[in-house]
Amino acid sequence: MATPHPPRGFDPAAARPFLEQFDRLKAELPGATLSWVRDLRDQGRARFAELGLPTVKNESWRYTNLRALDKLAFQPAVKAETGASFDVLPTVRAEGTTGPRLVFVDGRFRAELSSTAGLPEGVELLNLADALAHQPDLIGEHLSRLAAPDDLPLVALNTAFLADGPVLRIPKGVEVAEPIELVFVSVGSDEHPTAFHPRSLIVAEANARAVIVEHHIGLGTGPTLANHVGEVFVGEGASVHHYKVQREGLNAFHLSHTAAKVAAKGVYDNFILTVGGKLSRNEVRSELAGEQADTHVSGAYMVRRDQHVDTTTFIDHAVPSCTSREVYKGVIDDTARAVFQGKILVRPGAQKTDGYQQNRALLLSDTAEIDAKPELEIYADDVKCSHGATAGELDDEALFYLRARGIDKETARGLLIGAFLAEALEEIPEDSVREAFQGIIAGWQNAR
Amino acid sequence: MPATTETVDQVRAVTEQKYKYGFTTDIEADVAPKGLNEDIVRFISAKKEEPEWLLEWRLKAFRAWQEMEEPTWWPKLSYPPIDYQDAHYYAAPKMKARPKSLDEVDPELLKTYEKLGIPLREQEILAGVEGSEGKSPSIAVDAVFDSVSVATTFKAKLEEMGIIFCAISEAVHKCPELVQKYLGSVVPYTDNFYATLNSAVFTDGSFVYIPKGVRCPMELSTYFRINQANTGQFERTLIIADEGSYVSYLEGCTAPKRDENQLHAAVVELVAHDDAAIKYSTVQNWYPGNEEGVGGIYNFVTKRGACRGRNSKISWTQVETGSAITWKYPSCILQGDNSVGEFYSVAITNNHQQADTGTKMIHIGKNTRSTIVSKGISAGKAQQTYRGLVKILSKAEGARNHTQCDSLLIGDQCGAHTVPYIESRNRTARIEHEATTAKISEDQLFYCRQRGLSEEDAVSLIVNGFCKEVLKELPMEFAVEAQKLVGISLEGSVG
Repeated sequence: MATPHPPRGFDPAAARPFLEQFDRLKAELPGATLSWVRDLRDQGRARFAELGLPTVKNESWRYTNLRALDKLAFQPAVKAETGASFDVLPTVRAEGTTGPRLVFVDGRFRAELSSTAGLPEGVELLNLADALAHQPDLIGEHLSRLAAPDDLPLVALNTAFLADGPVLRIPKGVEVAEPIELVFVSVGSDEHPTAFHPRSLIVAEANARAVIVEHHIGLGTGPTLANHVGEVFVGEGASVHHYKVQREGLNAFHLSHTAAKVAAKGVYDNFILTVGGKLSRNEVRSELAGEQADTHVSGAYMVRRDQHVDTTTFIDHAVPSCTSREVYKGVIDDTARAVFQGKILVRPGAQKTDGYQQNRALLLSDTAEIDAKPELEIYADDVKCSHGATAGELDDEALFYLRARGIDKETARGLLIGAFLAEALEEIPEDSVREAFQGIIAGWQNAR
Repeated sequence: MPATTETVDQVRAVTEQKYKYGFTTDIEADVAPKGLNEDIVRFISAKKEEPEWLLEWRLKAFRAWQEMEEPTWWPKLSYPPIDYQDAHYYAAPKMKARPKSLDEVDPELLKTYEKLGIPLREQEILAGVEGSEGKSPSIAVDAVFDSVSVATTFKAKLEEMGIIFCAISEAVHKCPELVQKYLGSVVPYTDNFYATLNSAVFTDGSFVYIPKGVRCPMELSTYFRINQANTGQFERTLIIADEGSYVSYLEGCTAPKRDENQLHAAVVELVAHDDAAIKYSTVQNWYPGNEEGVGGIYNFVTKRGACRGRNSKISWTQVETGSAITWKYPSCILQGDNSVGEFYSVAITNNHQQADTGTKMIHIGKNTRSTIVSKGISAGKAQQTYRGLVKILSKAEGARNHTQCDSLLIGDQCGAHTVPYIESRNRTARIEHEATTAKISEDQLFYCRQRGLSEEDAVSLIVNGFCKEVLKELPMEFAVEAQKLVGISLEGSVG
């Protein structure tokens, strides 16, 4: 073509307020004295300035509209606003027990609520601001290697503002038995909408093992925007079990991008349970980069009122003999809307790939909506790939079966919804996590 | 199993000739000057002696087209830009006075029909020999050569029943009120870049009207052929099935082998009223280009059917083996309550072919049902994509959809992609989508080889089995040809 078209489906004008804030703030951000950190932030800024926010004309964002962000005039969360105190923080642990935990409030680390006690020797668990100030070498090699700003404006935005978040490094052969909990609390402000951009980095060296549980909760009443970016390196033979539950308030915008790279015989297991948020999007990318690597990317969601939940996954089979499995189940009530976009890519030469994806949605009201786009892109012939997608209401016959046994309609519906979601939870091998998530689902149903 | 011997036979036949429709016919043609502007649009309209309203409609489309942006952002198709000024938009074979017998017919034209495998009796009719009409009817054929419909057979027989089957340019004069009422009512002239271009410059195509309560007694068939070099073919087909009627329509396409790419941008509109049913079958075998990907047809087609009435039904069946690039999504708008949409597709791509095809099922009415069965086979260096949309609007209570997309890969240089979009706004709607991708299993091949089949015969047999669900939907006459095509298209893809 004579004239190259500008990138399709972006709104550069939407970048302006964020850029102005960044330019005001950048000198005070942690690690601002390090040239490579400055360069990284500037690259993020430059790319975000070029692209701006994605619009619905962007293929990857066709079902999720971020126009609401534009109207809200978010202010960056200023650091270490103490004040908010917590009686109880969410946990998957048995009552009365403690374990490793990092707590972030509006994106900033809260040392007094965190603990690294009980971790095996050599395991590094700290916050990014601290790492930038005291051990930049610990992160320099990995930061921004997986989630590059290129065509991902929100990653670019996060990279510009990157300041704090969890950093975890597990050395070769070390297995962390205790789940490591990461708690993100959105508080915001009553005066203005608040934005923050937490950045996580997880590195599991060869044959290391860890279970990570992320809790995202909201306490304030003002609108918040949490724009998370996480990078997960899974070494040879290592396994990372990464679970997340998002229960923010109905004023919260929750955007999250997780990029994992799995080396030979490594396992990356991701599960996301979404209950909260006005608008949430979880984008999970898992690259199978070494032979016999395995990834599970699954989740469940329950949404109601005018909630909007978007799950976008990308499984990249880059080399032969890898396996991937995805199971997503969701329940949509009232005028809520759910989006599922799942892509499996099998690159040329990635023979003996086994890829499976399932995505099922249950619509509970006449005004609920599901939009699904399961996608296969395959460039190798000796592969086994399949996907299935269904959408519908509760099975009339199953309902009749229960009613015929004297169970009232509401209880019967509750049982069937619970059973529908429980199937997704089967994907979680960790008992403590599965049971905790089960409890959250039950709580949602009771509140219904 | 007869299909087996059939397949074996034709694979043998194929070793001698690869693209057997790749001949050109040297006939004097009446050609419009190259290029595209308002004058060309007026020229086409004048040639066809069209009424003022149609010229106005064409000009509106042309002006809209000039404002439109050519789609260049398709994720999985790539081709050099098309120069829309470097083509003829009108080419008609010069017709002399009506010949008295076959001897008087231009021998070149007759040879063409012979090579196309059209029986002699039908050749007579196609060539317009006097007194040839009315012989034992099996299929009524409308042959479109480059831009012009050259002959329509069995017209009289159909007219008795009130069925109108003729070239659309003829229909414009014969039943202008029908054409004016329905033309552009399913695919508006602003629909998309290629449909809009078609609306401005369409030259011919078929028109079918089946009156109330009539079941069309024979298959109606159109045969499209691009013959002239540097021509684009822009045909426009319009089929209307009035209340309680039924019609089965077949469409076949071929083109000569040429090194340059030719553009084919057709528009097909179907309208089914209450209790009416339309079955539309296509065997698309445009020249796909050679092994190196040189030449071949760009097939950018808009096909859409509207189930306007209650209990109406539209069924698309397609076998796509040709074209360098195919871009085609035969769709159904299920507006009437209880209406039914079906899409059965086999797409085969080999060498450097690219195909992006699928369907759209838009459920608007209550209890509307749709079925999608898509079988894609990709070999050589070909790239194939199934792209489909199932959309359930909020009023479509009790809507149902079942989609099955299977892809088969032959060789490690090709690609097979599945991009379904599923949008539901109704709780009571039930949607199921399944897709699989696999290769021909070693076990299946071994089993066939062990019984003495060559590797190619075995592949052809297995692939025919893979496609059977779709091929069985084709009318008899096409099913045989389609089975042969499956084998021909995969020629040279194994070993």
